[in-house]
Amino acid sequence: MHTRKYFGTWGGSFIPEALHETFQQLDAAYQQIRNDPAFWEEYLHLMSTYSCRPTPLTYAENLSKHFGGAQIYIKREDLNHTGAHKANNVMGQGLLVKRMGKTRVIAETGAGQHGLATATMAAKFGFDCAVYMGEEDVLRQRPNVFWMEKMGATVIPVKDGSKTLKDAINEAFRDWVTNMDTTHYVFGTACGPAPFPEMVSWLQSIIGKEAAEQILAQHGRLPRRIYACVGGGSNSLGIFQRFLDEDETELVGVEAGGLGLESGLHAARLVGGDASPGIAQGYKTMFLQNSDGQMRDTHSVSAGLDYIGVSPILADLWEKKAVRFEAATDSEVIEALDLTMKKEGIIPALESAHAFVQAFKEAPDLARDDAVIINMSGRGDKDIFTIAHAYGDPSWQQFIISRARQYEK
Amino acid sequence: MQLEQAIRSKKAGKEILLMTHIVLGYPSFDTNREVIREMVENGVDCIEMQIPFSEPMADGPVILKANQDSIASGTTIRECLDFGAEMCATYEIPFLYMTYFNVIFKYGEERFLDKARDAGIQGLILPDLPPEEGAPFMAAARQRGLAPIMIFSPTSTDARMRSLADFGGGFVYCTARKGVTGRHSSLDADFANYLNRCRQATDLPLAVGFGIQNRADIEALIGVADMGVVGSQTIKLVDEQGSAAVGRFIRELLGGRRSH
Ligand SMILES: Cc1ncc(COP(=O)(O)O)c(C=O)c1O
Repeated sequence: MHTRKYFGTWGGSFIPEALHETFQQLDAAYQQIRNDPAFWEEYLHLMSTYSCRPTPLTYAENLSKHFGGAQIYIKREDLNHTGAHKANNVMGQGLLVKRMGKTRVIAETGAGQHGLATATMAAKFGFDCAVYMGEEDVLRQRPNVFWMEKMGATVIPVKDGSKTLKDAINEAFRDWVTNMDTTHYVFGTACGPAPFPEMVSWLQSIIGKEAAEQILAQHGRLPRRIYACVGGGSNSLGIFQRFLDEDETELVGVEAGGLGLESGLHAARLVGGDASPGIAQGYKTMFLQNSDGQMRDTHSVSAGLDYIGVSPILADLWEKKAVRFEAATDSEVIEALDLTMKKEGIIPALESAHAFVQAFKEAPDLARDDAVIINMSGRGDKDIFTIAHAYGDPSWQQFIISRARQYEK
Repeated sequence: MQLEQAIRSKKAGKEILLMTHIVLGYPSFDTNREVIREMVENGVDCIEMQIPFSEPMADGPVILKANQDSIASGTTIRECLDFGAEMCATYEIPFLYMTYFNVIFKYGEERFLDKARDAGIQGLILPDLPPEEGAPFMAAARQRGLAPIMIFSPTSTDARMRSLADFGGGFVYCTARKGVTGRHSSLDADFANYLNRCRQATDLPLAVGFGIQNRADIEALIGVADMGVVGSQTIKLVDEQGSAAVGRFIRELLGGRRSH
């Protein structure tokens, strides 16, 4: 089995010469784990003892009744250790780093979930760890910054460009191109140069494998539709891959609609027609860029979806119409979050809430004996500042003000 | 190939050649014009003009900021290409474009190459286009007399260097160390060994860049390389002291030699 470099016309490996050798070695190491059944066993063991795999598939009885259509199931990636699907990829790459004999890991992070998972993995395996994070995201996701630092990672705020995920990726590459002898770059999503898109999707495929068994056990049939939010594409590919050949299941990826597709302030690459083919950050995909090829500023209430590009694997599936893409706006996301908390006592991450929005729009029109699965990529605790702010919650504001006063003294 | 000949005949009378770098539109095209005049009048042999890109992955803080400021001030690819044509028409030394591949990909590969050739540009430096991805583009460039400049790194194996050389033309750009542009490089024993490996791998002239900042660095290249490349340092100088300071800096780098 060889690594796929291109998916249709998307993907590739547009890397500086200094990293050529590093990628050769990474690819060889990846081939080894991919072809070694013992690796997957080791991975499953780790994920079931250190994390919470298999994660449950929760039947959302109240939401299902509320919408009166399809039966809604939620795949609970929030119950992974560190609170998101990111751990699936990170722990797998951690095992890979051990095999490669490297001693330091670096990562980019948007929402901070990937950074947090990487800091956790580094603490467990005894690696040095540096996490690059856009300055804007450091402010948006302060709780995750705190925990990363407490676990011994160095969090480096990136002040260049739009100060978000893409800028953190550039900085991580700049570090790697200097320190590749000791360092592995734990790429956080199914983007970047080969072999990352394939490798990350493979490590995330555990989500869909579990979900297929669980829905058969609970519902007796495969789902009509699966919804997942799409930032770089790792949680969506994680759940989608297993169902790609199942005719009865439609796959729906939900991008960040921000303030609306017409506003220009969004991060929708595959819906809306604002993106075009391009090559950046080491790979070819649909990018939000201007006609000169300069990347545009993106916007989303969720740091994890606020990104210019999308997995080349998804770009291919989009082109082949194997996955349908939709977008959810910031305000729809807050509404869906509110409803999910009230009806089910579950707090999705702002990223994940995008998938809930689309499922809620479509569930009423499906039959009662249909099932849909929402991939809940992570939990919302990290977003407490953003969500509380969006609610304009007076008691929370009072709390923050009085806390700040305590520190001023 | 035109560029290789130009480099060889320039080198015939000199110990070492000097290539300098500017970021187009930073801080302005007017300043670019003055800086280039200072450079050419004081003996620079070759100039790479960087067309700014919003995601310059291989560049360090100084050039990164110059790219971003240039774009923020509204620099367009069209202006860059017009400016490039103007420089080629004004001065006799070879000019090259340096950029990231997306800029060319979006503009249209053939269209870009035609424009560059018509302007009189002699070579292209594209740090994120390895031959695995860019072989057809590189062939199309060569057909138009534009040299695709290959980049060697200390991490490149001997076999890799040999295979890269087959795709290239003009000269080979040897990065003095790993990492990105800007930080000073120590040109030590490892470096000598590396340059020796570069020399074994190709007959093309060798240029050395990344962290070359002063006369001592240039002197260290005499006899082992054909050309030194100075990038971030001139940008810093112009930021701090304006374009008028460039002439003296270039004369210093060249050890007082004047070519005019
Ligand atoms: C909870 C959560 N969901 C989704 C994403 C988006 O990434 P991807 O599309 O790779 O799953 C992130 C990224 O930070 C995240 O933290």
